[in-house]
Amino acid sequence: MSRAAGSGPPRGGPAPCETEQTRPFLGEAAWQKRLRHVTFPDVREIDHEFLSLPLRVLADAALQRARDLGADHADFRLERVRGQRLVLADGSVESSGETDTLGFAVRVVHNGTWGFAAGTELTTDAAASVAARAVDVAKVASVLSSDHIELAPEPAHHDAVWVSSYEVDPFDVPVRDKTELLADWSRRLLADPRVNHVDASLLQAKEQKFYADTAGTVTTQQRVRLAPVVEAVSTSDGRLESMRTISPPVGRGYEYLPTVEAELAELPELLAAKAAAPSVEPGEYDLVIDPSNLWLTIHESIGHATELDRALGYEAAYAGTSFATPDGLGSLRYGSPIMNVTGDRTVEHGLSTIGYDDEGVATSSFELVTDGVLTGYQRDRRISRLTGHERSNGCAFADSPATMPIQRMANVSLAPDPRGPSTEELIRRVDDGIYVVGDRSWSIDMQRYNFQFTGQRFYRIRGGRVTGQLRDVAYQATTTDFWNSMTALGGPQTYVLGGAFNCGKGQPGQVAPVSHGCPSALFEKVRVLNTVREAGA
Amino acid sequence: MSGVHSPESKRSTVSQSLSAQAVTERVLELSRADDCMVLVTENSTANLRWAGNSLTTNGVTRGREVTVVSLVEGPEGTSVGTVSRSGLRDDQLEDLVRSAEAAAREAPPAEGAHPLLGPGTGAAQGVGGDWDAPPAATDIGVFSTFAPDLGTAFERSAKAGVKLYGYAEHSLNSTFFGSSTGVRLRHDQPTGTVDLNAKSADPGHSTWVGRATRDFADIDVEALEAELGRRIAWARTSVELPAGRYETLLPPEAVADLMIDLYWGMGARDAFEGRTALSAKRAGTRVGERLSPLPLRLRSNPAEPGLECAPFVLADSPGRRISAFDNGLPIRESEWISDGELSRLVQTHDSAVLTALPVTPDTDNLVLELPGATASLDDMVAGTERGLLVTCLWYIRVVDPRSMLLTGLTRDGVYLVEDGEVKGAVNNFRFNESPVGLLERVSEVGRTVPALSREMGDYFTRTAMPPMRVPDFNMSTVSRAS
Repeated sequence: MSRAAGSGPPRGGPAPCETEQTRPFLGEAAWQKRLRHVTFPDVREIDHEFLSLPLRVLADAALQRARDLGADHADFRLERVRGQRLVLADGSVESSGETDTLGFAVRVVHNGTWGFAAGTELTTDAAASVAARAVDVAKVASVLSSDHIELAPEPAHHDAVWVSSYEVDPFDVPVRDKTELLADWSRRLLADPRVNHVDASLLQAKEQKFYADTAGTVTTQQRVRLAPVVEAVSTSDGRLESMRTISPPVGRGYEYLPTVEAELAELPELLAAKAAAPSVEPGEYDLVIDPSNLWLTIHESIGHATELDRALGYEAAYAGTSFATPDGLGSLRYGSPIMNVTGDRTVEHGLSTIGYDDEGVATSSFELVTDGVLTGYQRDRRISRLTGHERSNGCAFADSPATMPIQRMANVSLAPDPRGPSTEELIRRVDDGIYVVGDRSWSIDMQRYNFQFTGQRFYRIRGGRVTGQLRDVAYQATTTDFWNSMTALGGPQTYVLGGAFNCGKGQPGQVAPVSHGCPSALFEKVRVLNTVREAGA
Repeated sequence: MSGVHSPESKRSTVSQSLSAQAVTERVLELSRADDCMVLVTENSTANLRWAGNSLTTNGVTRGREVTVVSLVEGPEGTSVGTVSRSGLRDDQLEDLVRSAEAAAREAPPAEGAHPLLGPGTGAAQGVGGDWDAPPAATDIGVFSTFAPDLGTAFERSAKAGVKLYGYAEHSLNSTFFGSSTGVRLRHDQPTGTVDLNAKSADPGHSTWVGRATRDFADIDVEALEAELGRRIAWARTSVELPAGRYETLLPPEAVADLMIDLYWGMGARDAFEGRTALSAKRAGTRVGERLSPLPLRLRSNPAEPGLECAPFVLADSPGRRISAFDNGLPIRESEWISDGELSRLVQTHDSAVLTALPVTPDTDNLVLELPGATASLDDMVAGTERGLLVTCLWYIRVVDPRSMLLTGLTRDGVYLVEDGEVKGAVNNFRFNESPVGLLERVSEVGRTVPALSREMGDYFTRTAMPPMRVPDFNMSTVSRAS
């Protein structure tokens, strides 16, 4: 994951120790009133503005030029990517901006070598010239390439259209409405004397992708996503503490905002309780980890470790490799037998969810860890072919029209126990432990062995009951030790789809959104550090 | 790659015929807002990536991004609308300007608004370069010497049982800035980096070198390869060590990893609000306090030889660390730490008023030095009785902002030094350390040299750092990664 500003972690189940009823600031009727100017089409369609671009004409010009120049394969991808960022500090707009990127790329395989070029001028001449540049780059590169690039064949999808599941396109909502909402939230929190500062932000993105290749696939797709985050900060007595909402970023529209609003009322009390909490005694503890924290541990220790390009060394100089090498497929004991993990790009509202990937492959769901054993990898077409797979499992993604698709993460999710308990029941099973909620700091080594995470809030568990918050907690483990220490999974009622906007990989660096679903889960005897003592204080 | 020509991309005359300079003027003409700023960036990049002694991916890109910042005065203050677009046709410029104006009218007043700078009211003098010259572009030809040298290195490495992995990237950004207050400024920024990672089978080892460059003319592949070979030879002996506090030699690259985090934690407003390790205990900032017993100097200077960067503020929106309200403000040398004392923080005009400190804006380079220091890293190894020598750090994240506690890992080579010599390769560690704490405890600092951060090298490339000796670096746990 990149170091870009923290994205909102997922919403966990209500903390069992909170007595105060969580309630939204606005009722349903008020929300409907707010959205009264926005139309709700019955079926989402791709915006006419995008469809009216000369998509096919440019694709034909580029692909024909690539064929004429001897390319074995060529694909043309034209994208419009819109982003909007609103950042408020203490209720005032600190920063805001919109980005709108329109451009296209041509990728070729020419005599077994990749060539890639990108441009922005939407004319047939420019499209053909970018295709020629891609072939030129392949020729230059061939001198230094000993790998022979081949792609796993895929069925052609003619004129496929896909649109993600959302009600209100966030780009249809006036900026003033959004900033007023965030300012209103901020002022309500600032009205509490225990809150010194409030940071509020809303990131929104909309992707429109047109793809065509020399095998005849043509796809047109559109999806939106947003990440609302509110953080309350206390600096009283020269001590910094903060508490952030844990509603995750999602592949939904503006209709998602009330979910975040529902968390606000309890933030000041949660913050005050954290500021007054005792500092943790380092040692080994049983941990009940809420989905709002566990998603990120899954992301780092399973998501990245099961990327096949990584495991084969193609990211070795940058993001790193993986301890989960292909020789362990079918035998590596990743975790305890209750551990089942899938990669998936089809789940509704998932951030990695899409109909067809950036190589024209229909997306799917596939196993990564089955009954605790490594059983699969995330792949793109090239790596699939290289490793003897007949098909790709659809994990290619490029973050802009100017970047080359690489294997990026599917929504990698841990299955709940179908008859599993509630989070409260998991806590009741713990005599001496900590309940971890919300994500904060994260770090893992370049083979995905050794990790360290902190969180938003940590609750001391004694005799099966939560007794109050702790401060200064970090947990640290080796991936396989950690997942093998998992002794119980929560049921489907604890399951939450968390995620991030900002997973980084590749050179040149690319950023991808991805979701991770998981239940609450119980881990035995995990090493817990005191972060103040680690700093030598 | 000799004989390779760089394909000329002839700009089509259909959709983007206006030059960047003409776009700048056109946007300002179109503006109906009370004030307007425009930034036009012409960008070109070329990259090569390799793994296992073979090129894997590559690419060339060109693009133009136009950012319009519209300012609308209202009874409660100035509202700002910022819209950036790339892939824009000339006939869409008006739509872009109107979008920014609509965004400004929709926005509540912005924090920290103040009148825009003008040629006579604080903006940088001159235009920062030949305004009218067409922007230069890079292409795959920038690697015309580097690529064949790399090919030779692939062959040599294959024979030696070593696999090379890595990445080379070059970019040229020409940014044209114009404001309705009459400011015209241009900045051309070349940026280049190379990462070279070697993995040997016997002994099993992985090590890394990296360099920043403006044009690849100064990249000596053979010398980089030789340094990798020297470290692989060190790994013929391997030593397992437990977690703990060790005397540790940090090379300039690892010091860059940590000092960039310190620099990013130097925001004045954050410090003033009590949010960072540079906040005073009760109120205000720690400016004036001693951070290190050594007379260290941490500074930025746009004119630093080899590390040249923009000598004026160019921001696309208002913000906490850098703000579009300050666009055009000259950036001169700033000493963040002088003689071991915290002397300046990264400021906007607004935060400078808040903290009553000089306006020292965010600058795109960073130098740490101890005046008079002459020791090289090898000299410091020779002067070590027992300690660890680190290559670089990785996956560094802030754990606790108030102490600036960072966690991260050692990567691609940790070595045991005994009696002035490297004795073997050691396992990797997770560390928990604060750069502020390190400056307090550092016992020796060597001569400053250009150094590319491994962790931040794709965002912040222009750094010069010294090697450092820390008597008790906190290796918190062993990492099995190798």
